[in-house]
Amino acid sequence: MSNRVAIVGTGQTHHKTRRLDVNGVELIYEAVTRALEDAELTMKDIDAVIIGNMDHFEGINYVDCWSIDGSGGFMKPTLKLTTGGTTGSTLAIAGYHIVASGMFERLLVVGWEKNSESDTTAAITTAFDPIWDRLVFAGAISGLAVEASAYMATYGATERDAARVAVRDRRHACLNPYAHLRKEVTIEEVMASPMLSDPLKLLDLCPRTDGACAVVFASEYVAEKICPRPAWVLGTANRHLYTYLGDADFLGLPSLKRAAQELYAKVEISEPLKEIDVMELYLPYSFAGLSWIEALGLCRPGEGPRLLWDGVTDLGGELPINPSGGVISCNPIGATGLIRCAEAALQIMGKADKRQAPDVRIALSSGFGGCFWSDLLVYGAKKPA
Amino acid sequence: MDRVAIVGVGQTKQERNKIGETFADMVYEAVLKALEHAGMGITQIDNVVSASNDFWDGRTISSMAINDACGSYDKNISCVEGDGTFAAFYGMTRILSGSYNTTLVVAHCKGSESDSAHITNAMFDPIYVRSLGLDAITSSALQARRYMDTYGITEEQCALVSVKNHGNGLNNPYAQLPMRISVEDVKTSRMLADPIKLLDASPISDGACAIILAKEEYAKRITSRPVWIRGIGYCADAYHLGDRDLADCKALEDAAQRAYRMATISTPRKEIDVVELYDAFSYQELLWSEGLGLCGRGEGGRLVESGATSMKGDIPINPSGGLLSAHTVTVAGLVRIAEAVLQLRGEADKRQVKGAKAALAHGVNGPCGQSHCVWILGR
Repeated sequence: MSNRVAIVGTGQTHHKTRRLDVNGVELIYEAVTRALEDAELTMKDIDAVIIGNMDHFEGINYVDCWSIDGSGGFMKPTLKLTTGGTTGSTLAIAGYHIVASGMFERLLVVGWEKNSESDTTAAITTAFDPIWDRLVFAGAISGLAVEASAYMATYGATERDAARVAVRDRRHACLNPYAHLRKEVTIEEVMASPMLSDPLKLLDLCPRTDGACAVVFASEYVAEKICPRPAWVLGTANRHLYTYLGDADFLGLPSLKRAAQELYAKVEISEPLKEIDVMELYLPYSFAGLSWIEALGLCRPGEGPRLLWDGVTDLGGELPINPSGGVISCNPIGATGLIRCAEAALQIMGKADKRQAPDVRIALSSGFGGCFWSDLLVYGAKKPA
Repeated sequence: MDRVAIVGVGQTKQERNKIGETFADMVYEAVLKALEHAGMGITQIDNVVSASNDFWDGRTISSMAINDACGSYDKNISCVEGDGTFAAFYGMTRILSGSYNTTLVVAHCKGSESDSAHITNAMFDPIYVRSLGLDAITSSALQARRYMDTYGITEEQCALVSVKNHGNGLNNPYAQLPMRISVEDVKTSRMLADPIKLLDASPISDGACAIILAKEEYAKRITSRPVWIRGIGYCADAYHLGDRDLADCKALEDAAQRAYRMATISTPRKEIDVVELYDAFSYQELLWSEGLGLCGRGEGGRLVESGATSMKGDIPINPSGGLLSAHTVTVAGLVRIAEAVLQLRGEADKRQVKGAKAALAHGVNGPCGQSHCVWILGR
């Protein structure tokens, strides 16, 4: 029978636009040592390592091999996963399955990125088909701008509604010592920031960040012994629906809707707004904070703005979203999805300090990337049956 | 622990330049063949793990190119970057986790669209090593020389591997370079990086391979000839070449021991009937044979000379022709698994090792065999 799995330790680097004080391996080492310290383990206790990033940002091939001195994978089973923006959540989902399989008891999961070494948009552009998509409609921002326009046109939402999401996440980030952008912004500042791709403005979007995150996944036999309050992984689901941008449905993020339907059924959640206590969502831009919470079933399509303005998703509201400050405040791409996982786990473990939401029993984290793809994990304070 | 079986395999022919086919075309062909082999439809596959490499594909998020082609629409999917043996490991754990019943694992690459020297140069440290021009061939040449010097392995012994494997390739319709050649042909072929000559090196190839893994009770329903995963182990050594003795392969020894322990194998030479290993260069088959414990340290040369690893020997290695006969990066290890499955099902036609009951498949990541994955399969 498969093992139950819990997160028993997390670590992240301090995040900046340029971490010139460390190279990539040292950046990874920083996150790994913090995760081990948090779990009160040493590298000797770790059975295996998985790691991920996006190759074309740093130009390192076979990162699993290159990073051994930082990841601690020397003479251990080590493998690499990468799926673009979803890399971090892909790693978390793999961490769960590999430990649940019984092959390893303690697995170290590492996501990292040194965006400062990259031409991010050029690298992302190469993800798309060289004949049909790449020359006309690629990169990260253009597709999101279309999604935002479709959402506004369909439901009458405004750019100010979206700005409210950026205001929330940036306010939360001030409570998180690890966040990259720790400065509040106002609706007016968001509205007045430079236009990048209509209707998206600079402050609607995530930054480029250098950083790494490490998470220790453990089997139930280990977790209960070494951790007073482990974050149990209750389930995972993902959908990578599209290959071509031209095939994507730009309204309502169907990949997230489908993944959420599967996962809620699996973990028996019927009213997510009521039953989930906190969410750490990969919202790379402000409009996602309106539309994608609808895909997650928190409200009906078009009602996202009302939840935002009512403060439902603020820390202190009914369902706090991104107490960490989210992706708009910090985005080391290969680590970003794993940071969502780590922050959700911290909330369950009661270790989120000033950004702690009250009485967290159930938490959810997401990943976004590729061609409008979505990954999801749900965590619980109570060991699953 | 529950058992997992391989219930179907499919591969494209590996060729120098599949100019008429995209990544998706190749993957589609391999997946259709694997489904047909298993007698399954795509709706019976409940999750997918792909293997690809962004550098080799020239695409960031290289998995995106093949999502439609592998039938993953509305399914759970992931991507391992590296050799297919590692992806298949993750595919297996997804079943053992209790989350899934059937995992499709598929790998693809087109060496023809790549610049091998630059891409493998990017494996090396960008500050201290990369500018020296080290790549897969030149780094392997250092390893070959160190191995030959340490144990007195000769050029002729390395050449024998090439003669044997290209000869075996004649029996494999999927091989790219089936050839009847002599030791002299290998020795007089063009020098690439001393001591590695053209016929000591594997070719640049295009291709795809797919395998289908299934949970025990499901596998038994699907096929009367399931191939069971008996053991699996993988391990990574130090990164910097100077931190390793390249005449050793400690990570392979460790990976093999993990796999043997799990499969309860104590005398691999006797208990394994056929081996498909990662011979990217001729010397590697000798060195890896030692790491796998098929002979003692330094005895790899004598092993091939004895004929033990030929089709008629007691431990045939690479009946398929190995990587020397076709080397599609990331796909190569998955092909080793697929070939091992065909051997165990008695479906390997002209390259069949009679009565094979236990098979070993092997994959590699990183420079000079830094990271190894070893599979033990049985019927």
